[in-house]
Amino acid sequence: MVNEKIAIDHGLKKEEYKKICDLLKRTPNITELGIFSAMWNEHCSYKSSKLHLKNLPTKGKKVIQGPGENAGVVDIGDDDAIVFKIESHNHPSFIEPYQGAATGVGGILRDVFTMGARPIANLNSIHFGSPQHKKTKNLLRGVVHGIGGYGNCMGIPTIAGQTSFDESYNGNILVNAMTLGLVKKNKIFYSKAAGLNKPVIYVGSKTGRDGIHGASMASAIFDEKIEEKKPTVQVGDPFTEKLLLEACLELMAGDSIISIQDMGAAGLTSSSIEMASKGKLGIEINLNKVPCRELNMTPYEIMLSESQERMLIVLESGKENIAKKIFEKWNLDFAVIGKTTNSKKIQLYFNEEKVTDIPVDTLVENAPMYDRKWKKSKLPKKNKISKEEFKNLKIPNILCKILSNPNICSKEWIWQQYDHTVMADTILKPGSDAGVVRVHGTNKAVASTVDSSAGYCYAHPLTGGKQIVCESWRNLISVGADPIAITNCLNFGNPENEENMGEFVECVQGIGQACEYLDFPVVSGNVSFYNQTKDKGIKPTPSIGGVGLIQDYKKMITMGLKNIDNIVLVIGKTEGHLDQSVFAKDILNQKKGPPPEINLFNEKNNGETILNLIKKNYIKSAHDVSLGGIITAIAKMCINGNKGIKLKKPNYLIHQFEYLFGEDQGRYIIEIEKDNFDKIKEILTKSSIHYDVLGIVTEKDIIIDNKSKVTIDELNESNKTWLIKYMSN
Amino acid sequence: MNSSVITFPGSNCDRDMHVALKKFGFKNKMVWHNDVELPKSDLVVLPGGFSYGDYLRCGSMASKSKIMKSVINFANSGGLLMGICNGFQILTETELLPGILLRNKHAEFICKNVFVKISDNKNSYFKNIKKKTLELHIAHNEGNYFCSNEQMKEIEDHNQVALLYCDKNGEINESSNPNGASKNIAGIFNKKKNILGMMPHPERMVDVALSGEDGSIFFKNLVNNLK
Repeated sequence: MVNEKIAIDHGLKKEEYKKICDLLKRTPNITELGIFSAMWNEHCSYKSSKLHLKNLPTKGKKVIQGPGENAGVVDIGDDDAIVFKIESHNHPSFIEPYQGAATGVGGILRDVFTMGARPIANLNSIHFGSPQHKKTKNLLRGVVHGIGGYGNCMGIPTIAGQTSFDESYNGNILVNAMTLGLVKKNKIFYSKAAGLNKPVIYVGSKTGRDGIHGASMASAIFDEKIEEKKPTVQVGDPFTEKLLLEACLELMAGDSIISIQDMGAAGLTSSSIEMASKGKLGIEINLNKVPCRELNMTPYEIMLSESQERMLIVLESGKENIAKKIFEKWNLDFAVIGKTTNSKKIQLYFNEEKVTDIPVDTLVENAPMYDRKWKKSKLPKKNKISKEEFKNLKIPNILCKILSNPNICSKEWIWQQYDHTVMADTILKPGSDAGVVRVHGTNKAVASTVDSSAGYCYAHPLTGGKQIVCESWRNLISVGADPIAITNCLNFGNPENEENMGEFVECVQGIGQACEYLDFPVVSGNVSFYNQTKDKGIKPTPSIGGVGLIQDYKKMITMGLKNIDNIVLVIGKTEGHLDQSVFAKDILNQKKGPPPEINLFNEKNNGETILNLIKKNYIKSAHDVSLGGIITAIAKMCINGNKGIKLKKPNYLIHQFEYLFGEDQGRYIIEIEKDNFDKIKEILTKSSIHYDVLGIVTEKDIIIDNKSKVTIDELNESNKTWLIKYMSN
Repeated sequence: MNSSVITFPGSNCDRDMHVALKKFGFKNKMVWHNDVELPKSDLVVLPGGFSYGDYLRCGSMASKSKIMKSVINFANSGGLLMGICNGFQILTETELLPGILLRNKHAEFICKNVFVKISDNKNSYFKNIKKKTLELHIAHNEGNYFCSNEQMKEIEDHNQVALLYCDKNGEINESSNPNGASKNIAGIFNKKKNILGMMPHPERMVDVALSGEDGSIFFKNLVNNLK
């Protein structure tokens, strides 16, 4: 018999349980309680975040589908569309890194191909504790193997990513996986059910006991007993998913499907309820028909299992045989398990008994929504860094140290384990500003990047939120892509804690402001709260996945310097903002102060002008200036192009260290030909853009000034070896 | 020129191979693993991927697929049969080629460009290629070629080594061996040299926009040799 204690054990609050009893006008049975707890947990209901997310800009000329579906969809011209989304799989990955990360990739792939798109690229943003923490190395290895194990087997290239280390993730790592898919505009599939008495079919793997209450775990705070949760981590089978992908796309080529939804978090429960809710229908399911992997599974277990690689489809009547044939060809389970009804209820039968009878709106529309208390953050006071501190520092040494910083160094050890060239359309591989894949068989290419800057967000969430959208925008522009839209994965601490909630609210505000101004809407996303161990939350970490279009892939820009004697310019003004910079934190050990300010007008103006210069073929190489400032950015351009540069002093008064290491925003470094300089100057002046001549491309070495230089080999060595050495110890 | 690419459940380089073959003038057909008959072909390709999820052993279950009977007959009667990556693994599992592909020495998947030296050009695949080394791409977890001493002696006695991992200058040394393969072997033939198995993916290097074009050299030459 269900009671309040059992409800609380399911993660429900006392008052939530009371609300359930009131809505049903009776006590739920255990299956019904399980369904409510799954639908009403944070992960599925967005009860703490909804209120704030609805302020994000989600519309635009190119948006075909915004948030609310399995993934967002944007128009890239000629009847082609890109379906994309990012999602977290943080909690499972900490408990079981290989399977947690693998099923994270599997889940996001399904979200994309559920909509009829063939996945064409994977990305990921992964964050680990301090490199010195005893768990970090194994977690990193496990997550990388898991991401590779799944994506490689599926044959989808992993084209870009981000890896960071910070002690705030010691007890709660982050694994965010993103997928892009390609679809024809008139062949997009949605989850909204329609029509009465239509067959509801189950396809894919069999249902087992794995992952029961996975979504509730994802909404719980970690404590010492977390290892006991291992059985709730799902197990992935990328081979079955590959078959499911091909079978679904084969069925989608015809006209049999009314609606389709993958079984992700909360499995059969959320998929069936979502379809019914969107179609304003009821669904009746005979649970005895569900293909099960284990004996004696109860209705509760069947409904809450998070076994992977499963889909729920509402078919046109009479198409069952066509569908069955396709799934049998691919050796997948296929079962008609129910039908759509006009009851607007979810009704489940098991051994000829009705085991669940819940009005759909009580689960969805009546789900709790909270206006959580939140605390506004103050902008920290500027930190006064005395120039005295620079006295004994040597730029080449600092540069090498920054290039080997775990958050800046080359991640080749990681991405070499991901197949990034399968599908033979990857034209810009990991380690670049963005990954780029061609739209198969056309001249178009899609650029994508995933970024986050927890350090800035922690120092000031509103600025950090804006900054990260701008960084995504800049990364796309640096490869010559017109930014289209973003997806976001919002990783935060406990929403019941006012400070953590404040970080969330203000980061979202910042993201919204930047997206609005840059016309760079949010089309999909996911929120992951409760990322903390005991009472300590992670640094606020919104990950932004940006997507852009290159009309002619031959005009793509890369960061490697191209030709000796070319001129290198810095676009955007350098004020020398050192607070929260890698230089301040790592070299001076100064952790205070505000993050660099975001000026959205300059951001947009600079970015659009760079795109204009690229379209005129004036830019030979480009890279945005981010962590580590100008000197770090140019060093990466030198390493990539195997060329050197002779630096010039800026023609205004600024300390050399502030100029080279400052992390002012909205800046790019571009390489141009001497002959075009006058024409470029004219364009820059006309657009009121500040630029500095940074230097002239040389054969080798970065010559900083009369006293100091550093060779490309030294830079390369510093940049490439940290991670390899770390992982081989 | 007619070619056939076999699709096993879990193959994922079948489309890329189809695109490359078509680009260089083959009339290619995709053949489903459950089919019995092989279309009339001048070349049959077993593509890369994870056939049957690589469960049991890489290539093991695919080697027992229905279509493989026809493929084996085709090869035994002298037809050109090429296995790339997982296809190479299938060829060793069918024992059309000697040896086996073990897990890479660092137990990690490797995806990168490598250089390979053409070790034998008295065959339909490499005859007339002027370049001594090619830059190709590898992407595999199990590419560490291994065979018994007796098998190795036979392979060498019959010049069955097709490709060897080398450095940019064609030097064959340990640092240019990405996966621990015996004697840096990246690809081998059968004795008659109509069957070729290799780990590198030429189909991923057929366009200047990709990471290189040496795959084009391979396919162009293959078409010409078959004319």
